[in-house]
Amino acid sequence: MRLVNIRPTRRTTALLGAAPLILLVLAYLVASASRHAFNPADKILPTPGAMIAAMRALVIEPDVMTGERLFWSDTFASLERLGLGLAISTLWALIAGLILGLIPLMRATFGALVTTVAVIPPIALLPILFIVFGLGESAKVALIVIGILPLMIRDIAAYVESLPPEQMIKAQTLGASSWQLALRVALPQVMPRLIHAVRLSLGPAWVFLISAEAIASDVGLGYRIFLVRRYLSMEIILPYVAWIALLAIAMDWVLRQISQRGFAWAHGAR
Amino acid sequence: MTAMISLRNIWVEYGDKIVLERVNLDIAERSFVSIVGPSGAGKSTLLRLLLGQEAPSRGQILLDGVPLKPECGPDRGVVFQRYSVFPHLDARHNVLFGLECAAAPLTGRLFGAARRAALEEADAMLAAVGLGDNGHVFPAQMSGGMQQRLAIAQALVKRPRILLLDEPFGALDPGIRGDMHRLITRLWREQALTIAMVTHDIEEAFALATRVLTLDKRRHDPHAPHRFGATAVYDLVLDRRVKAEIEAIRSITIDENDNN
Ligand SMILES: Nc1ncnc2c1ncn2[C@@H]1O[C@H](COP(=O)(O)OP(=O)(O)O)[C@@H](O)[C@H]1O
Ligand SMILES: [Mg+2]
Repeated sequence: MRLVNIRPTRRTTALLGAAPLILLVLAYLVASASRHAFNPADKILPTPGAMIAAMRALVIEPDVMTGERLFWSDTFASLERLGLGLAISTLWALIAGLILGLIPLMRATFGALVTTVAVIPPIALLPILFIVFGLGESAKVALIVIGILPLMIRDIAAYVESLPPEQMIKAQTLGASSWQLALRVALPQVMPRLIHAVRLSLGPAWVFLISAEAIASDVGLGYRIFLVRRYLSMEIILPYVAWIALLAIAMDWVLRQISQRGFAWAHGAR
Repeated sequence: MTAMISLRNIWVEYGDKIVLERVNLDIAERSFVSIVGPSGAGKSTLLRLLLGQEAPSRGQILLDGVPLKPECGPDRGVVFQRYSVFPHLDARHNVLFGLECAAAPLTGRLFGAARRAALEEADAMLAAVGLGDNGHVFPAQMSGGMQQRLAIAQALVKRPRILLLDEPFGALDPGIRGDMHRLITRLWREQALTIAMVTHDIEEAFALATRVLTLDKRRHDPHAPHRFGATAVYDLVLDRRVKAEIEAIRSITIDENDNN
């Protein structure tokens, strides 16, 4: 049988998918143990015990200065910024995408602008954002929005434009106005695509969040990682990175579920 | 009989490409006109003109003696070969769509008693095209034939006077095509429709229509083929006597490929 025709079953897929992750963890444990055999004070590859001890201080015990459990305040601060940035971007991508995709006049007017903004590296704008918004929360949210919104708008607008013209004509022969075309034909069909766009934007959104937190913040997952870097505290950095990965995977999973449950027609449900 | 639709010296040009030239046509009310012709002859273009999706470069289209506005309207329904139903709505709501658009300009949705009445109308229309038991089925779960039935129901629920069909059965299996022919013939009679249907199936054209129109170029310039447009080269009103001429028209080049 040809290699391209061998299809794993569900079980095999799960096992195969888990294997590299398990191997990675095992490799880490072996490497960490061997380094500590040479040098018990090694900081680069901390043992699981060291990580648990370090994290316990952040997760369970209140901070002496603030009285807060730092791990949780970091998590909530980051999720709030990320959530705000994603929510604002999603809403505007939907509105602007529908308008640009449906109305040729608007596309002619604003299409080039969106394309131009999309090619500017958002991090280059960060100093401007700090100057305009100050060092507070809004600059960080703004960086996420500026980072992901232009591409989301372009994606949604292109998708609306690519809806079959037959459908748009048909709707018009059924008496639909421009507003009804947007509301009843384009909007519902764009929803699964919008969720897809949010899923793809999650990665860049995290990058911009961590960057903003690293540069100017006093709480947040990115802030903590860059703070403890000074003391080479890998036993905190590594669990934080794992936690960020876990949060990102969970968000992606939730979005996929929403899309499949809410828009079964778009997933070829039979 | 006076014409319901009149085309007066119609030209359609895209840039320097002439697609249709000097088309003069009167279509009587309640007639069933089949339009045949080679691929790229401008059959779909002609249909777009009748639909109001496009305006001719030159000439005039009259509907009941009044110039046609170059925009689609609910008095002219359409069914394309594909993509004319909404994938995000089930069959009932696909048919309901047209009723909701007219009655609810702002929300595009009906509620309460108005909605129940409209749904009843939609269900009756679905039953009329043989989809009575498929109200909750989404287009992706339907066969090609069912999708076209749905597209027809969706158009007819608006009670249009004119129905425009662009190769509506072109993608269907031959067996199913026969069923669709009976359906469209029945609806044409029952609903007093005027139908213009583009097809590349010559048998279909003659089996259904009261009049068969052939679009083709009358003149050819081998060095600049795009400078001459197509026009109606054959125009047969079908009665018994003319059916005998069917053989003659078979010799005309007819494109056998799907195109739109
Ligand atoms: N919007 C357009 N711009 C330029 N050329 C077009 C356009 N629409 C159609 N045409 C050209 O007009 C000719 C007729 O097209 P069409 O009406 O679709 O042919 P048919 O349906 O008979 O196969 C084709 O050569 C096509 O390329
Ligand atoms: Mg065509």
